[in-house]
Amino acid sequence: MLMTLREIIAAVLVAGGVFFFLVGVIGLIRLPDIYMRVHATAKGDTLGLGLCLLGAIVYLGFTYTSLKLLLIITFIWITSPTAAHLIGKSAYRTGVEAACGDIPVKDISGRGNQT
Amino acid sequence: MIETVLRAGGYILIVLMFVCLWRAGVGPSVPDRIVATNLLGTKAVVVLVFVALATEQLFFVDVALVYALINFLTSVGMAKYIEKGKLS
Repeated sequence: MLMTLREIIAAVLVAGGVFFFLVGVIGLIRLPDIYMRVHATAKGDTLGLGLCLLGAIVYLGFTYTSLKLLLIITFIWITSPTAAHLIGKSAYRTGVEAACGDIPVKDISGRGNQT
Repeated sequence: MIETVLRAGGYILIVLMFVCLWRAGVGPSVPDRIVATNLLGTKAVVVLVFVALATEQLFFVDVALVYALINFLTSVGMAKYIEKGKLS
């Protein structure tokens, strides 16, 4: 089974991306708190999708389709941290409790009613 | 060979999507469900790109681009809705 060097690089990048998605999903299941889950899944999203689509770009070469894939990567790298930040902020404002007692969420949870 | 890698990665991602669906069903608070849905949509984008490459039908990449846009819009809308009680 003969593979060119470009296909080997693409396969390694796709496997790394799937690995980072696996790490993000493990974080989503195992972590005890909404804030920790946001933290884990934002990184898993960004790195996993970036590596998978970078592997697809390497496999395709310089075409218009790889330009579209680069557009998807840029868009997700802008929007995924934004969405994670907004979800975390809405959880904080609506008073979702943290798992460890150090964060004074209960004192500030009334702010969601004012603004 | 690269088709085998893409197909195996797609199967693994579909299994992980079902795991995210479990978190979206079980999750104790509403932001848990939103996080799980966001991650599920990102995985769907990657699965669409893999389908486009494995079946040599490259118009699925356009579908993946539009899906990424709608996924971000869903997350932001749900976050603003549970925070303020309205969408404006």
